[in-house]
Amino acid sequence: MNAAVVHPIEPSLTSTPVRDGRRADRLFHGITAAAAWLVLLLLGATALAMAWGGRLAFKTFGLAFITASDWDVPAAKFGALVPIYGTLVTSAIALIIAVPVSIGIALFLTDIAPRWSRAPIALAIELLAAIPSIIYGMWGLFIFAPFMANHVEPWLSDHFGNKAIIGPLFTGPPIGIGMLTAGIVLGVMVIPFIAAVAREVFSAVPPALKESAVALGSTRWEILSRVTLPYTRSAIIGAIFLGLGRALGETMAVTFVLGNAHELSASLLMPSNSIAAAIANEFTEADTELYRSSLIALGFLLFVVTFIVLTIAKLLLMRINRQLGRTS
Amino acid sequence: MKKLMIALSFTAALAACGSNTKQGAPAGGAGVTGAGSTFVYPVLSAWAADYKTQGGANVNYQSIGSGGGIAQVKAGTVDFGATDQPLASDDLAKSNLAQFPIVIGGIVPVINVSGLQPGKLKLTGPLLADVFAGRVKKWNDPAITALNPGVSLPGTSIAVVHRSDASGTTFNFTHYLSQVSPTWKGGPGEGKSVNWPTGVGGKGNEGVAAYVKQIPNSIGYVEYAYVIQNHMPFASLQNSAGTFVTPSAASFSAAAENANWATAKDFNLVMTNAPGANAYPLTATTFILMPRQPKDKAKSDEALKFFRYALSKGQGQAQKLDYVPLPDALVKQIDDYITANVK
Repeated sequence: MNAAVVHPIEPSLTSTPVRDGRRADRLFHGITAAAAWLVLLLLGATALAMAWGGRLAFKTFGLAFITASDWDVPAAKFGALVPIYGTLVTSAIALIIAVPVSIGIALFLTDIAPRWSRAPIALAIELLAAIPSIIYGMWGLFIFAPFMANHVEPWLSDHFGNKAIIGPLFTGPPIGIGMLTAGIVLGVMVIPFIAAVAREVFSAVPPALKESAVALGSTRWEILSRVTLPYTRSAIIGAIFLGLGRALGETMAVTFVLGNAHELSASLLMPSNSIAAAIANEFTEADTELYRSSLIALGFLLFVVTFIVLTIAKLLLMRINRQLGRTS
Repeated sequence: MKKLMIALSFTAALAACGSNTKQGAPAGGAGVTGAGSTFVYPVLSAWAADYKTQGGANVNYQSIGSGGGIAQVKAGTVDFGATDQPLASDDLAKSNLAQFPIVIGGIVPVINVSGLQPGKLKLTGPLLADVFAGRVKKWNDPAITALNPGVSLPGTSIAVVHRSDASGTTFNFTHYLSQVSPTWKGGPGEGKSVNWPTGVGGKGNEGVAAYVKQIPNSIGYVEYAYVIQNHMPFASLQNSAGTFVTPSAASFSAAAENANWATAKDFNLVMTNAPGANAYPLTATTFILMPRQPKDKAKSDEALKFFRYALSKGQGQAQKLDYVPLPDALVKQIDDYITANVK
């Protein structure tokens, strides 16, 4: 493909160097554009292929594939509600934990920590991002889950299990495997991603802005809330998307600690399933056409869920920007 | 490190290919390939290693699960498949496959209740079904304490652990529960994976074993070799004769001897709940599937040679790995069957 594009340029190479530069520019433009479009094409092709692979499931169950909660292999009845719910709840828990912690880490590293300690801590965080997810899964199962079962979950159900509104979230036997444990493990996993980007973004805030705020007598908190965060808002939300994307699609670590049970339960202490974990667990043994199609359809739904979540976040960001634009 | 390992294994594979072609295709030079049951993987891979050192062909077995094994042998991508759930004769005839048992093992209910010694807890089949159905919820439920006088049981909830992937182990387990408990038969029923009413799911035998070890007050079911390797406490089960038996090579072979193989067409027999005073009720068999008219005759012959080796000399190796050798009469029957059916 490249050779074909390069070929017509060659004759002009010797004659007019100026036009040659322009052509090279156009060629460069073409290559970069092709690279960008290739990503879109791949994305579209993947989504299409999964929708096509899942068409039998969608045709058989219709809308009930999304709203039904039973996943009964012998009866050939498949509903994706439990994996969708489990994916969303664990990712939400992960973000609730990871966002404040990561932003705290990033701020500490850019503004508060002594200069000599910044590089080593930043490096440590980036190394955390390189740990394979199966290691997090094993840590979650062998160390964190027993800790949750013996200490955290009994305390939670004793103190919150009988409360009016949040009570149902914290009932059930403390087995240590479930949505809360999976959400926390996911939170730990996405912290390095959000923190690393947030640190880069915060250090890009022009010092003049912060210095002016200091000159006006601002406290550290005021600099943070009125200068740093508003200045970096959209980049920070981008960082959170990155973490969210990872949390939604995480497979191995979640499989270890979520329990892989197709059961719909309000309690965060109960086992559940996620889209990625269900596919990983069941795909090799899915030996009927409909079963395999349902799992591929699940993969397509993960696409759709991620797309919807990202769209909502983008719209939210646009609205915030417009409102701020009006008030200021 | 991982990359290095992959690179090394690639080089090794390339080297192996190279040497094979140079030698000018010895008998079965390309090797026999098979896929299927994870239950049989430990013993099958041990056989393959021994067989090769004794000058046999290279046997490459992928433990992708029984369902995958059936699909692959039907598609003709492997020379043999292995499954823990036998296929019915009409299904075999439709795909032109032959089927015979290769080894026997046991499935064991494992428990994690502090202070409970292996085999001390007694369970009946219907009670086991009620526990896995979530109808018996506490360890000190009257149904359990009545069977186990003198055993101190906590008042905690029972955490059920089952398989998250479809599996032949689950098929044998739920097949047994369906036989002994009418409510289970009407409820989740039997299958390689069922709609579990309660509990958490672990991937593979090792996943269930890990969950049972990590979750206090849990109960699960795993293949016998995993019980031995992980020193897991297990329950003893009441068999159809009314005796409580612990899982062991002796109780598995008691079940195998009492199973009526002679009349089972294409060996389509599930051995759970076998008769006999000492028979272990959760005894399971792995079956080999092979094309009756193979495309590659040489490879098929190599595979048969390997299985004949496994059924004779290999049975000692099976015993070492806590599987049970097939009874002599059955081996004879298989030999005749192979001769008659695989051309």
